[in-house]
Amino acid sequence: MFGFVLRRVLQMVPMLIAIALLIFVLFSLIPGSFATGQQDEGLGLDMAVVARMRAELGLDDPLYVRFGRYVQQLATLDLGISFRSKQPVIEMISARLWPSLSLTAAAMGFAISVGLPLGFVAALRPGSVADLSLMVIAVSGLSLPVFWLGILLMYLFALTLGWFPSFGYGDGGLWHLALPAMALGVSPMALLARTTRAAVLDIMNADFVRTARSKGMNEFRVVVWHVLRNALVLVLTTIGLQFGSLLGQGVVVEKLFAWPGVGSLLVDSVFQRDIPAVQGCILMITLFFLVINTSVDIAYKLIDPRIRYT
Amino acid sequence: MTAPYASAFGNLDPHMSGRSQDGQVHMTLHRSLYIWDSAKGEPRLELATAAKSSAGGTVWTFTLRQDAFFHNGRKMVADDVVWSFNRLMSPNQGFVGARWVRLIKGAVDVEKGDAKEISGIKQIDDHTVEITFTQKVEPGFLFYNMTTSILPKEEVAKPTWATNPVGLGPFKFKEHIPGSRLVAERFDKFYKPGLPYLDRVEFPIMAEASARDIAFRNKEVDTSILGPVQYVAYGKDPELKKHILEVAEVFTRAMTMNHEVKPFDDVRVRQAINHAINTKLIVERLARNKAYVATSWLPISVPGYDKDMKPYSYDPALSKKLLAEAGLPNGFEFEWTTSQNESWGLPIVEAVIPMLAQVGIKVKTKVVEVAVLTDLALKGEFQAYIGSSQTGPDPLQTLRCFHSATPRTSCNVTGYKNAAYDKLLDEAGTTDDPARKLGLLKQANAHLYTAAPVWFFNYNKAVMAYQPWVHGLIGNPTELVHQYPEFIWVDASSPAK
Repeated sequence: MFGFVLRRVLQMVPMLIAIALLIFVLFSLIPGSFATGQQDEGLGLDMAVVARMRAELGLDDPLYVRFGRYVQQLATLDLGISFRSKQPVIEMISARLWPSLSLTAAAMGFAISVGLPLGFVAALRPGSVADLSLMVIAVSGLSLPVFWLGILLMYLFALTLGWFPSFGYGDGGLWHLALPAMALGVSPMALLARTTRAAVLDIMNADFVRTARSKGMNEFRVVVWHVLRNALVLVLTTIGLQFGSLLGQGVVVEKLFAWPGVGSLLVDSVFQRDIPAVQGCILMITLFFLVINTSVDIAYKLIDPRIRYT
Repeated sequence: MTAPYASAFGNLDPHMSGRSQDGQVHMTLHRSLYIWDSAKGEPRLELATAAKSSAGGTVWTFTLRQDAFFHNGRKMVADDVVWSFNRLMSPNQGFVGARWVRLIKGAVDVEKGDAKEISGIKQIDDHTVEITFTQKVEPGFLFYNMTTSILPKEEVAKPTWATNPVGLGPFKFKEHIPGSRLVAERFDKFYKPGLPYLDRVEFPIMAEASARDIAFRNKEVDTSILGPVQYVAYGKDPELKKHILEVAEVFTRAMTMNHEVKPFDDVRVRQAINHAINTKLIVERLARNKAYVATSWLPISVPGYDKDMKPYSYDPALSKKLLAEAGLPNGFEFEWTTSQNESWGLPIVEAVIPMLAQVGIKVKTKVVEVAVLTDLALKGEFQAYIGSSQTGPDPLQTLRCFHSATPRTSCNVTGYKNAAYDKLLDEAGTTDDPARKLGLLKQANAHLYTAAPVWFFNYNKAVMAYQPWVHGLIGNPTELVHQYPEFIWVDASSPAK
């Protein structure tokens, strides 16, 4: 097991390096620069100031010099200094990490706690009214744009019912977390419901389930012991993939609800061409995705020891 | 009080951030030598009690107020002004406020690294500063900008400066949760007795207009800047429309034509474009009347604006005639660069395209981000682009953007050159007679109307909705979100009370 974990962790390194290089090349080629983006409406730019900014930030250096500096920084786990705030990027991301993780975890918690039971109940009564209704909900959840859903949730739960604040981080507690987590969690919830239904239906018709029933095992034990456990492998894949990508998908929700996560930092940094911050955010999101995927692989082995990786 | 902020903060250092939105926060925490007096439409002294000019308006002596304290408790002295202005010209860092200080004698030498201190600023005593300029100036128009705020050097030197700003403003910094909110608390030693009224100001960062709308209706925020759609909706609501503040801001929206690109070098073509577009219709339908049809370059709130001047008439027949006279009876094709901005971007361009097609002008659109638009404009890599330009509050400085001596990289983006126009501005810059100066500026603005260097689209009407319990808001035409927070107060009906 230790060898497996070590191998998976080491596999992440070349992936991260490749992503880091890709980001560097992309942001070196796209038009627009931080220096010229500092005055959005105005009397035109002060070119002397722009020139000093470019020199200060090293933007006039040849590409290979900037690339060398970037690699050197990465090698020492230094993500650089933000053009915009003049703070170390690692500090900026650290401040945003907990809000992002808490939002992602809450959204996933919502998705699992609602999506799994929905999918399971639908699979136990295939073709029934309950199954059809639940799947309509699931498909709707997948189809709704997050932005629009967020506005609807604000309108219903904040403006009409007055249960939750419509925006903001507050002290980071559940009171403020509820609406953004629901908005972000609806899509993975729907996907999980559909995946669970499909997985459970598939296993319910498997030979070993039929054998268990024919041996006289009661239905509850069949479902919990055989069906649920086997369905979990497929469901876990979906959970892992969704969990990993939610950090990146949170961009819209974070902006809409004024939630101070990594996603909103990334968007603001892209618009202002704060390249070190953009690079740092993308690396962090990639790392998160890779860690979650590796964790899921490890979890497979724990759930089903027969699984072997080559 | 809670006032939503529509963008992420560029930087908490007022010298570094030139974005107009950021001024909202800087005015809360910082102060400059002058402040904009919205009631009178002119700059007025803020950190100084007197300013005397000599040597034909090139030397100014400022008597600083002796009751101004930084939030760290230290009294402001003349050295703080000297140090702050020297910092702005630092050769090693690009501070956006440098443009306002560069007119001080010796400032350019510091900027180039040829001198360590600006020779034109002298500290006479602890509370007197003498500033010598390279030309006759009205310093209020330079130093009301928050990018020239007076800062405490001992705080700027600290590593925490970027995250813990200290200033002279009516509120002191409390906390900043990046991406979520900035909070400031009442500063008891603020130099205006009894002010500020508010105990606390909070700026939640809310980029989405629809989210701000819900929060405002839910009474979670006290003010909200309205876009065109909300402007109409709030205007129809009998309660909401009672508490709306409107102001003609000093921004002109226009399609800038590159005069170095044919056929935009021909005034008849530029006039033809102005006649081909039904500007009034676009302002009514797309801008939902949250703008004023532009007549020339100077907007309504700026001295020199001629209220009797009529905008270009919508007259496709005349447009075709002008094109024919210019040798383009079948029209022509050009590339129009635009951002996605709803007020001065792609939606406007898409509305104009069929109007131009009616007179034979074909348009290819090129959609870019605002940051890229600026880059292309500065490099002259465009045929025409649509944008929004600050056109005040100083009319002379604004009109200089079409002076032959002004390079494209400053603000003469069209590349306009006309000796008669230059003469008007040069005379306006040297005369000591205010009435004559105003007359010359009006003539210059009228000259631009005829020369049509751009398609004059609209002047921005900024609109702010506020809750019934909020008082003391002022319609600041330089930027509506730049409120004077010390004068704002909320009555007992506020839910926060």
